[in-house]
Amino acid sequence: MVRLITHNMLACHVKNCTKDNFPLSFSDVELVVRPAPENLEFIQRFLPKLDWSALVDTARSLGDESLPEQMPDQWTEEQLKALHHVLMELHVEEGNMTCRGCGHVYPISNGIPNMLLAEHEVGR
Amino acid sequence: MSISLPTPNIAHLTEEDYEHVYEPAEDSFILLDALELDAQLIRGDKPTICVEIGSGSGIVSTFLSQLVGPSSSLVLSTDINRYACEVTLRTAKANQISLNPILCHLLDPLSSRLRNKVDILVFNPPYVPTGMTELLDTQHQKDIGGAWAGGQDGMIVTDIILDQLPDLLTPSGKMYLVTVVQNKPLEIIRKMEAKGLICKEIIKRRAGRELLSVLRISRELHQ
Ligand SMILES: C[S@@+](CC[C@H](N)C(=O)[O-])C[C@H]1O[C@@H](n2cnc3c(N)ncnc32)[C@H](O)[C@@H]1O
Ligand SMILES: [Zn+2]
Repeated sequence: MVRLITHNMLACHVKNCTKDNFPLSFSDVELVVRPAPENLEFIQRFLPKLDWSALVDTARSLGDESLPEQMPDQWTEEQLKALHHVLMELHVEEGNMTCRGCGHVYPISNGIPNMLLAEHEVGR
Repeated sequence: MSISLPTPNIAHLTEEDYEHVYEPAEDSFILLDALELDAQLIRGDKPTICVEIGSGSGIVSTFLSQLVGPSSSLVLSTDINRYACEVTLRTAKANQISLNPILCHLLDPLSSRLRNKVDILVFNPPYVPTGMTELLDTQHQKDIGGAWAGGQDGMIVTDIILDQLPDLLTPSGKMYLVTVVQNKPLEIIRKMEAKGLICKEIIKRRAGRELLSVLRISRELHQ
């Protein structure tokens, strides 16, 4: 269950990869839609934590066109509901996330993203 | 004033799971008790992003999610052990909440995006003092041994996060950290205060041979 709210927080952390290391691009995904309890107050509170253009691009890459290019200043209930759906209800169960900077592939299997790196790739 | 919350259901976990994943023990329970003790404080801040490092069985992440309200906060749970990530997902399901396990070392893939965004961070770390070889081996094997081996003073893994902490917390953010006396909690407190954070031992108890405590580390002063 990599939801887009989680994906929006994940960046490539390979040593020296600092350019285009976010957002990671999805490919070969198995997408599952699961209804989630709606809490629009939470969604609103989450707005400042989001990278909006990363979210819009990622949603579009998965075939969801419901989000506007620019983050609205004033949100309608309908827009918040659409955002709730994109953030909380789209689950990537299987697939890959690829760094656009260095090409590193992070696989997702059984809903768990594998973000581990081999020792020589680690930047710490 | 503390609030009483039910302990998460972990009856679905088997002996086989516990061959690879840390079975909740006194150190897990003291962390639950610390969160419960601070429940009103935590809820009062309306946490938006909560993170647990080293979720193991998922018992603490589940408790935290229930404490803050399962659909009022994003709870991210990391672990270097893939079995732990799988079990965390199952524990979430068994308790009708949703968790977001991420297989990684500490906060590696999250730290750049979580800069000043973490409201609640919890960590029951591998805190047992061991030799450096045991630490490196277990961190490399990423299995059950990684649950306790902590290297010098049991602090090698924890120290990495304590160094990052000032960059992670929101203004009202808080970290809850499990320690044993061998970790030298007083030194941790001094060290965090030197970084401009406030650090307080909020609960302390003896469990068998271990003298456990939970430290609350925050930017703001609390009672
Ligand atoms: C003492 S157990 C705590 C498990 C659970 N949170 C609890 O309280 O019962 C420590 C956990 O940290 C994980 N861990 C150890 N080193 C780690 C690291 N470098 N990054 C993430 N998790 C780690 C272990 O796999 C283990 O699940
Ligand atoms: Zn990269």
